[in-house]
This record gives sequence, C-alpha cells and structure tokens, in this order.
Amino acid sequence: MGNFIINRLLFSVPLLLTISFFSFILINLSPMNPAEVVLQAQGVPVITDELIAETNTKLGLDQPFLIRYIHWFLACMQLDFGISYVTGQPVWSLLGPAFLNTFKLTFVSVIAIIALSIGLGVICALREGKRLDKSVRGVSFFLTSMPSYWLAALLVWYFSVHLDLLPTSGMDSYQSYVLPVTVITINYAGIYFRIVRSSMLSNLNEDYVLYGKACGLSEKIITLHILRNSLQVAVSVFCLAIPTIFGSTVVVENLFAWPGLGTLSVKSILSRDFPIIQAYVLILAAAFVLFNIASDILNAAMNPKLRTGL
Amino acid sequence: MKFFLNVLKDKLAALSLCIIVVTVSVGIFAPLFAPHDPEEVHMELRFASLSWEYLLGNDHLGRCILSRLIYGIRPSVLWVFVALVLSVSFGAFLGFIAGYFRGKTDAFVMRVCDVMLSFPGYVMTLALIGILGVGLENILIAFVLSKWAWFARIIRTSVMQVAESDYIKFSKALGVSDIKIMVKHIVPVALPDIAVISSSSFGSMMLQISGFSFLGLGIQAPNAEWGMMLNEAREVMFSRPEFMLAPGLAIILVVSAVNFLSDALQVALDPKLMISKHKLQGLARASAANLQGKEVA
Repeated sequence: MGNFIINRLLFSVPLLLTISFFSFILINLSPMNPAEVVLQAQGVPVITDELIAETNTKLGLDQPFLIRYIHWFLACMQLDFGISYVTGQPVWSLLGPAFLNTFKLTFVSVIAIIALSIGLGVICALREGKRLDKSVRGVSFFLTSMPSYWLAALLVWYFSVHLDLLPTSGMDSYQSYVLPVTVITINYAGIYFRIVRSSMLSNLNEDYVLYGKACGLSEKIITLHILRNSLQVAVSVFCLAIPTIFGSTVVVENLFAWPGLGTLSVKSILSRDFPIIQAYVLILAAAFVLFNIASDILNAAMNPKLRTGL
Repeated sequence: MKFFLNVLKDKLAALSLCIIVVTVSVGIFAPLFAPHDPEEVHMELRFASLSWEYLLGNDHLGRCILSRLIYGIRPSVLWVFVALVLSVSFGAFLGFIAGYFRGKTDAFVMRVCDVMLSFPGYVMTLALIGILGVGLENILIAFVLSKWAWFARIIRTSVMQVAESDYIKFSKALGVSDIKIMVKHIVPVALPDIAVISSSSFGSMMLQISGFSFLGLGIQAPNAEWGMMLNEAREVMFSRPEFMLAPGLAIILVVSAVNFLSDALQVALDPKLMISKHKLQGLARASAANLQGKEVA
C-alpha cells in the first residue's frame, strides 16, 4: 500500500509540471498585449509605445520566455501569483478567500448530494420497477435536462420574492446556503443517484446474493452486503464528483452573487485580468489532480485488486 | 436501417426524434418561420402580453419573443452541434490512430489526453474564453479544444476492443492494408459507439453553452440566443417572471429530447440490453455507464 501511494504521488509530479507550464503559456497565447491591458485597466488615456515598453519592463515581460516561466513558477510555489492588473492587489489576497468560499459551498453541496443520491438510489433499487422507482427516475431525468440557472431563477422568485423567506444573494448567514446548495444538489443528485441505483442493481444479480439466500440469510443482512459492495463504486464516483463540482459552480455562484472562485473568474475574464485567470486555472487544475490521487488511494485502500494496476 | 426501426419502436424516442428534426429544420429555415424580424425594436410594445400579432408577446425592447426564440435555435442548437461534430471528429481521428496502431503513438496521444483531462471542463473553457475574449465563436472554439481529449479516450477504448478481435488479425495476416482495415472493418463497428457518446454529451453541451451565454460570456446583443434571452428576462424577473418561461422551456424540451434519444440509441445498439425483460433497467444502466465525466450546466 505504501508503495502504491508513493508511486501515485511520483507520477503526479510531471503532470503537475506540465499543467503549470500550460497555464503559463495560455496567457502568452492571448492576442492582446498584457502591457496594453494593464494600461487600459489603469485608465491611462493615451497609450504610447514608450508607455508599453516601460510597463513591459516593470512587469518583467521583456525577459526571455523560459526565464519568465521559472520566475513565475518559483513565485507560485510560495503562493505569490503576481498582482492583479485591475485592482493592483496581490492575486492571492483575492483568490484565497474566494477559494475558501467556493470550498464551503462545494462541501455542503457534496454532502447533500451524497446523502440524497445514496438514499434515493438504494430505495429505488430495492423497489425496482415499482411506481416509486419510476416516478423518481422520471423526475430526475427531467431535472437533469433543466438549465441550473433557470431552476435557480425560479427558486429565487418563489422563495425569496414571493414568500420572502430566503436571501436572494450574498453569503451572510447559513440561510444564504439554502438556495445555491439546493440548485447544485438537484442538478447533480440526478446523475449520481442513477449510478448508485444501477450499481445496486448489478450487485443484486451476483452469485453471492443467491448464495446468501440459499443459506437462509435474512433480507436485511443480504441488503447490507449488497450495499457495502455497491458503495465501492459510489465512493470512486463521489471522489471524482468533488473536484468536478468544485470547478463548475460558476453559473450558480454568479447567479447568487456568491463571493467565490466562479464569480471572481467571470469578473476577471470580463476585465481581462490575466494574472487572476492564470492563478485560477493553475490552482483548480492542481486541486483536480490532487483529488484524483486521493480518490485512487481511497479506492485502493478499499479494493486490494486495484493496487497492482499501476 | 434495422437499427433505426429499433429506435423508432420506442414511442418516446420517436417523439424525441420528431422534436429534434422539427427544431433543427425550423432553425435552418428561420427566416421562413419567424413572423417578425428578431431584432426589430418597438418601444411602444414593451412587455406586451400575448397577442395574435406577437404570439409569445414582446420583450423589454418590444421585440417579438417567438421570432427571437426561432432565431435562437441557430446559436443554441445548430452551432453547438457543429462544435460537437468538430470535437468528436478530432477525437475520433486521434482515438482511431491511438487505438489501432498502439505503441508509442498511443502512449503519446494518451499522455496529452491526460494533461487535457486534468483541467476540469469548466475551468478549461473559462480559461480559453479568458484568453480569446467573450463571444460565441470563442466559446465554441474553447469547447472543441477542451472536449476532444475525452472523446479520443473513449473512442480509443472502443477501437481497441475491435482491433484485438480475430477477424482483424486475420485480415492483417492476409495482407490487407491498414487503411482498408480501418475503413471497412473498424469504422462500421465503432460508429454506433461514437454516435452514442456524442449524442449523450450533446445535451450537456447545450446546457453549458447556454449557461455561458447566460453569464454574458457568449453571444453578444442584439443577437438572439436562449441563454441570453433568459439573462435579459432575469433583469425583470421580479416584476415579470413569465418572461423566463419561453426560453427556459425551449431549452428543457430540446435537451430532454436529445437525452432521451441518446438513451434509446444506446439500448437499440446493445442487443444485451434490448433482450432483457426490464428494458427500463437497461436504460438506466446504459446511461449510468457514460455519465462519468459528464458535467451539468
């Protein structure tokens, strides 16, 4: 097991390096000159060539490409992602709190999604083909085809405007969590509930269930066995779900004005604040890789068969 | 042909196919179907409710909502489809090469895919829009660039399964050229798989792209697009919530038709699932199989 973890971590080093390199060249591919963007953002009325050259020197953009990359990389390792073009604040002072806020939102949503999809998946698998199963699947099919922002708008209109129960935006109290979490949960639970259900169903037809029945074990004990085996699939799926949801709260965050990464990134894109976009890509991709490693290790711990795979 | 008949036996699938065909043809021939010019402003008709002249009423600038909805099919459905076809064909090309020739080519393509897939889909798209600037073309480019790796990976797996089979080895032993084997023996077998994968991501792609338009990163005014129409409706949501209905329902209708058709395709293509007594169970299982790696808007 120790070997597996070390192996997996070592494998991620070249991947992380490639990712950092990719995030770096991404910005350099932009059709716009960064110096020009900075000057525009600072509201300089007339942009002369001299001013651009001066800004280039100030930002270190006149140095060779590789040198810039190494400088940038070493700075990133110390959480120094440069300075925002627009506000002039250090990028980390903007990204750090936003990261934490998105993490809070994701954490609560993932817990809700896991609870809902395991609950529904198990119930539906045990009553396969019955009315409850059919109606839950019909509703979930409909909900996954619904744009999340539309659902969000409807919920805001009903609960915040019509009934005046919940805040429409911001992150002031625990009540602010209710609507964004509901929207994310409804969108994803439909997908994950189907995975839990189908993995339960495929386990129902396994030999060990037949054997258990032949031995005269009670329904309850057999169900517990099936549950344990099918949750293995669920664990790996949920581990992958965490980074996916973390990276895709963009629309919901913008709708509810949640002060997180999604709002920040869209704002930076609209104002062409390159250092923030760059840091955003780098941090999320690194988080994605680390989450994947964590999920592999967790899976290997649960299923010894997987340890030799790598 | 038999395969199509199988799909159409399912009544809901046939209905979904009808919805998609009608939507696509109305979108292509939008000028023929739209009763008014979608960009024509009538300030005196602001927020007018339904009438015979304007069947779905008028928006905040007095533009005909029905016409905007019809012209919106183009960016919301047709262009998304173009982006899908582009990324699938690029992914299929690389997937075929990697899965058939294996060896170093395969290893290289898969490592590139690994790097591409280590960026979460949304982040990658947002980053590319950030670099290229806002606009529908840039969103579509970003989608093609960030989705191909996923298609390449799946298509490679399905090509590999075929390429390992005995009849391919036999053709190789007979000295049939690689290109001929691919075209005559592998493409026909892998094509249904490709159809299922691409149709199942079509729905989520439409949702994501309209989501980006909703955030203002996509097509710019005064063009009509469903996500953008919802964004415009959101500004008057508190006073006139009914404006959210038409574009929202249009998206739901088309996306669920696509999703349903893709599920039906999958069942029709997999004989194992079709024979099974619990057809619906097969449906659920089939769709769960390729849900991994999917994102919702």
